Amino acid sequence: MKKQLLLGDEAIALGALHAGLSGVYAYPGTPSTEITEFIQAHPLAKERGVHSRWCTNEKTAMEAALGMSYAGKRALVCMKHVGMNVCADAFVNSAITGVNGGLVVLAADDPSMHSSQNEQDSRFYGKFAMIPILEPSSQQEAYDMMAEAYDLSERLRLPVLMRVVTRMAHSRASVLVAEEPRNENAFSPAQEKNWVLLPAIARRQYASLIEKQKDIAEAAETSQFNQLAGEGRLGVIACGIGYNYVMEAAPANVQILKVSHYPLPEKQVKAMSKQCAEILVVEDGLPVVEQDVRGMLGADYKVTGRLTGRLPRAGELTPDNVAAAFGKAVEPTFAQAKNLAPRPPQLCPGCGHRDVYTALNKVAAGYPGARIFGDIGCYTLGALPPFQAIASCVDMGASITMAKGAADAGLRPAIAVIGDSTFTHSGMTGLLDAVNDHSPITVIISDNLTTAMTGGQDSAGTNKFEAICLGLGVEPEHVRVVVPLPKNMDEITRILREEIEYDGVSVIIPRRECIQTFKRHAKKTSDEKK
Amino acid sequence: MKVDIILCGVGGQGILSIATIIGEAAMNENLYIKQAEVHGMSQRGGDVQSNLRISSEPIASDLIPLGSADVIISMEPMEALRYLPYLSKEGWIITSSVPFVNIPNYPDMEAVKAELKQVPHVVAIDIEQLAKDNGVPRSANVILLGAAQHALGIDYEKLEAAIRRVFGRKGDAVVEANIKALALGKEAHNF
Repeated sequence: MKKQLLLGDEAIALGALHAGLSGVYAYPGTPSTEITEFIQAHPLAKERGVHSRWCTNEKTAMEAALGMSYAGKRALVCMKHVGMNVCADAFVNSAITGVNGGLVVLAADDPSMHSSQNEQDSRFYGKFAMIPILEPSSQQEAYDMMAEAYDLSERLRLPVLMRVVTRMAHSRASVLVAEEPRNENAFSPAQEKNWVLLPAIARRQYASLIEKQKDIAEAAETSQFNQLAGEGRLGVIACGIGYNYVMEAAPANVQILKVSHYPLPEKQVKAMSKQCAEILVVEDGLPVVEQDVRGMLGADYKVTGRLTGRLPRAGELTPDNVAAAFGKAVEPTFAQAKNLAPRPPQLCPGCGHRDVYTALNKVAAGYPGARIFGDIGCYTLGALPPFQAIASCVDMGASITMAKGAADAGLRPAIAVIGDSTFTHSGMTGLLDAVNDHSPITVIISDNLTTAMTGGQDSAGTNKFEAICLGLGVEPEHVRVVVPLPKNMDEITRILREEIEYDGVSVIIPRRECIQTFKRHAKKTSDEKK
Repeated sequence: MKVDIILCGVGGQGILSIATIIGEAAMNENLYIKQAEVHGMSQRGGDVQSNLRISSEPIASDLIPLGSADVIISMEPMEALRYLPYLSKEGWIITSSVPFVNIPNYPDMEAVKAELKQVPHVVAIDIEQLAKDNGVPRSANVILLGAAQHALGIDYEKLEAAIRRVFGRKGDAVVEANIKALALGKEAHNF
């Protein structure tokens, strides 16, 4: 074994590679992005030819990984929590088809919404699909779990969901890693007919999934990742990284059930309930386990946690709110400073999105009824001063379809702003709806040639946008390309006005490379010249 | 041995390279480390921080509890103030003295300075100027690390060795610039 300082995300990536991974499929999303990036850069992945190219969205990623599993190989799908919504169709049905090669789905949740639109808890998806869920409490466990996850997946012939949160994904610790990686699986495509989910087969497969629930529960009861320790009147169920905060803050006289492998081990919870007078549930995210425990122990048994207000209902766990749950008063020496102002993120100086919003605000000022529907990416920052340009930001692709719906209701002019990567992720189908309805909307595909907000990953549609829009049926004279620079402002505003006046679908593509990737490329070129 | 460090600043100021050097030095000493970072949207010109914990004993939480940070290392004076409730009674603030103003409502700088001075252990240095004057313009953050060395309780030589390992593949010139910056920071603190 050798020691390496690794981010949680990197420990997961290395764990998967060392477990004989043949392909990772992912769309970038904070806090999951670094898993795929680590595999892309790793020499072992290069040597073995492990697939690691970015996918167009989480659904294509999930399906491709299922295809690799079908062929007998071990595959990994990575996404941020809201990506689970995008791939849910394929994800839930993968539990019905079952797997051939091991399949691990990694969802990185973001309690406190550091970089997200909600704090949904992916463990619900695991329960929904009725498959095992793993949730590491440390970077070491994250590494060790990957091999276990693949073994479990192949033993049960089911996908395994691994759930992490931001503080696990983006925290570094030293990790002991294996010297020798395991071999990849042999190529051996599935032979059974259970992959054809016609109703008759799906019913049989669903019955088989229900049958497997005993084994799934037993695996969690005997899992090395679930441990009961200590003695006391207070029992604590500490899930995932909640365990760390409990270890930081708990008094000596408590019994602690560490849970990192679900479903919740019912026998251990019941045993604990007999020895303790009450149970406190410490879990990051939503009160998933707290509700389960209430169901297991009945209304008379005292269970506390996020639902009872012993821990905050929203936001991530911290050592401080967990200490407070144990009744410890946290009194800082120094009060909050007085001379302090919030410093929200903002679009970089020199960013092309800035010129797009400057132009849009100029033009929209001439149309009192104008609304600009935004989308997910750096350009969401157009909501903040100085631009305050957008009226909405909901989910990937919603700018185009919301503009369409608003236009259907009579809103004029309805304008959508979407980034290049978000457009190929989930905007193309909405644009087709608009074309088929001949909707009076103006779509701005602000193309900076990269997936910028997550750090500059390749964007699936680069060099293809005009062709995509024409292919979807946008009239050629209403597909316009501009270069978003202050010197072109007159031309950009003129084109915007022309297309807003057009009573149908038009697409304007302001195209200029992201200033961050531009600087990186320039530096690389100058380094190479040296 | 146990040190809890908050590194902070504005996205893009290079707090993570300071963390990398401290982490490398600690790893080499076989100490336990946990370092929670901020990635994603806030890196675009917003406030950023990293919690770095080093200990000879295993570390439970990735985050530092309120009132228990031994050192706040900040690339920006108002950002140092943001984490004041995390500072322990005898804790140190090592900060750049020059404000980074990218918001319209940045507070009065004299008031920021006055509030910083109320903390018993504060070192404020114009690291950018010092870096320029000494021909190491890209190593201002390492000057700050040099100034924090005493408060961190990590041997100077060990930080130096860590710099050699971290920057080694970028060539001798980069290594020497950072070694020089570390020394500048240590001297600045001695003033």
